[in-house]
Amino acid sequence: MTTLAYDGAAVLGRHLLRIRHAPAITVMTQTMPIVFLLFFGYVFGGALAMPGAEYRSYLVPGLLVATAAGGLMTGMFQAAQDAHRGVMDRFRTLPMSRGAVPLGQALADLVACAAGTVPMILVGLAMGWRIEGSVPEALAAFGLLLLFRFAMTWVGILLGLASRSEEAAGQLGSATFVLPLLSNAYIPTEGMPDHLRAVAEWNPISAVTTAVRVLFGNAPVPADAAWPVAHPVAGALLWSLALVAVFAPLAVRRYSRGG
Amino acid sequence: MTTTYAVLSEGLGKRYGEVHALRGLDLAVPEGTVCAVLGPNGAGKTTAVRVLATLVRPDAGTARVAGHDVVRDPGGVRRRIAVTGQYASVDGDLTGTENLRLFARLLRVPPARADELLEEFGLTEAAGRPARTYSGGMRRRLDLAASLLARPAVLFLDEPTTGLDPHSRNGIWDAVRRLAAEGTTVLLTTQYLEEADRLADDIVLVEDGRAAHRGTPAALKSLIGGWAEVVVAGPGPLDAAAAVLDRLTGNAPVLDAERRTVGALTTDPALTLPRIVREVDAAGVPIVDASLRPPTLDEVFLRLTGRTEAAA
Repeated sequence: MTTLAYDGAAVLGRHLLRIRHAPAITVMTQTMPIVFLLFFGYVFGGALAMPGAEYRSYLVPGLLVATAAGGLMTGMFQAAQDAHRGVMDRFRTLPMSRGAVPLGQALADLVACAAGTVPMILVGLAMGWRIEGSVPEALAAFGLLLLFRFAMTWVGILLGLASRSEEAAGQLGSATFVLPLLSNAYIPTEGMPDHLRAVAEWNPISAVTTAVRVLFGNAPVPADAAWPVAHPVAGALLWSLALVAVFAPLAVRRYSRGG
Repeated sequence: MTTTYAVLSEGLGKRYGEVHALRGLDLAVPEGTVCAVLGPNGAGKTTAVRVLATLVRPDAGTARVAGHDVVRDPGGVRRRIAVTGQYASVDGDLTGTENLRLFARLLRVPPARADELLEEFGLTEAAGRPARTYSGGMRRRLDLAASLLARPAVLFLDEPTTGLDPHSRNGIWDAVRRLAAEGTTVLLTTQYLEEADRLADDIVLVEDGRAAHRGTPAALKSLIGGWAEVVVAGPGPLDAAAAVLDRLTGNAPVLDAERRTVGALTTDPALTLPRIVREVDAAGVPIVDASLRPPTLDEVFLRLTGRTEAAA
C-alpha cells in the first residue's frame, strides 16, 4: 500500500511535468466548458421555459458535472497515448506497484480538473450563479465532483488501454460528449418522454448533478424522479464508488497484462 | 565448479495468432557473461527479450532470470533486471534529468545517481531538453543510463545499436564492455555479426524462434570463416577471377554480373588479402577493389542452415 502511494506519487509527478512542458492541451480541455457555459447560458437559455437568470443558476452545476464526466475522455486519450509508448515497457519492468501507473494518471487528471474548475466557478459567479447553501454543503458538493471525476477517469483509463490505437480512442472519446445530453445536466428530465426520462435519470451524471444542485442550494430534488435522482447525494456517492470499485481493478489488470 | 546461470530458459514458446514467434527456445547464459542472440528480423529475438523481461507471458516452456521464475515470480525478476528496448523506453515529453530522476525515484535510488549517469553518458549538456529532441544516439544513451540506475544483475539490450551512427555505436559498445567487466550479465540481441563478435562471450544464432546454433565467436568464425570478394574492372573476365577464388578458398564462388563482383566463403585462416590480390592479378584479371571481411548474417545463415534469410 505504501509502495502504491509512493510509486503513484512519482507517476503523478511525471504527468504534472508533462502538463507543465505542454500546457496547451490541458488548458484547452479545461477551458472548453467555459465556452459551453456562455453558449448554453445565453444562447440556448433564452429559448427555454425557465427565465434566463434562473436557468444559468441551474446550468452551472450541470456543466461542472458534465466537465467532471469528461474524465472519461481525458482518461481514455491519455491512456491510449501512453499505451503505445516505450516508456510503458520500462514501467512494466520496474519493481514498482502494478497500480501506480494508472493511479498516477488518475490523480494527475484530478489535479488538472480541480485547477480547471476555478476559472469556471469565476465565470459562473460573473453570470449570476451563487452558492446558496452552507459552507460544509458546498465543500461536500466539490468533494462529490472530484470523486465523480476520479471514477470517470478510471473508466476512461480502462477503455484507453483496451483501445487499438490513439485514433480509435479519439473517436470513441469524442462520442462521450453525448452522455451529459442524456441527463439533467443541461435541461430538466421532466419534459422527456417516459422511457428516455428513465434512461436519463439512471445516468450517473443526473444523480451527481442533482446532488451538486441541492448541496449548492440552486435547485430542489425534482418530484417523481428515479431512485438515484430522488436520493441524489446517496445516489451520486454509490454511483461513483461503484464505478471505481469495478473499473479501477479492471484497468490495473489491463495495464499489467501489457500490449 | 558448477556454473550459475543468470538466464536459463527451456522450450520457450510464444504464439501471436498464427505467428509462432518462439518455438522452443533454449538459452543458458552463465552469470557475468555477455550473450548475443543473433538473428534476422522476425527470428523471435525481441519476443525472447520480452518474455525474459516479464513483459510477455510465454505459452510454453520455463525461464529463470537471476534465479526467479519469469511467470511465477515476475516481481523477483524485476528487482534484478533492466531492459533497454529497440524503441527508446524513456518519456519523450520529459527532459533527460526528469526521466532519470523519475526512474530513480521508482527504484529508490538517490537522485544524485541520475546526475552521475547523465555525466557518465555525456548527456549533461542536453539534460534540460525534452528527450524527444535528442538524436537517436543520445536517446539510446539516455535509455541505457536509465537501465543502469539500480545496477541490475542482468541487463537486456534489444538491438542496442540498430540505426545508430558508428560513433554512437562505439559509445554503446564501450558501455556494455564496462558493465561486463563489473560483473553484470548482459543478454543482447543483434542483427550484426560484427557486434556479436566484438561484445559476446557466447553467440546464439536464432532462426524461426529457436536456437539454430551456439558457440563462442571464435568457434563460430572458424566454422563460418570469412568472405573474400573482388570487384573486376570494366569488361574484365568474371569467370577467370572465379577460378582463382575457387582454387584459393575451395568453395564455390558467387558471381554478380551487375556489381561486377566475385565472392567466396573461406575458412582458411592463412588466406590473406594481399595473396588474393596477387593471385587474381597474376591470372591477368584487372580488379578495382578487393576485400576479406566477416560474412554478413545472410551468408552465415546460408552457410549454417543451407538457406538464405532476409536479413534486411
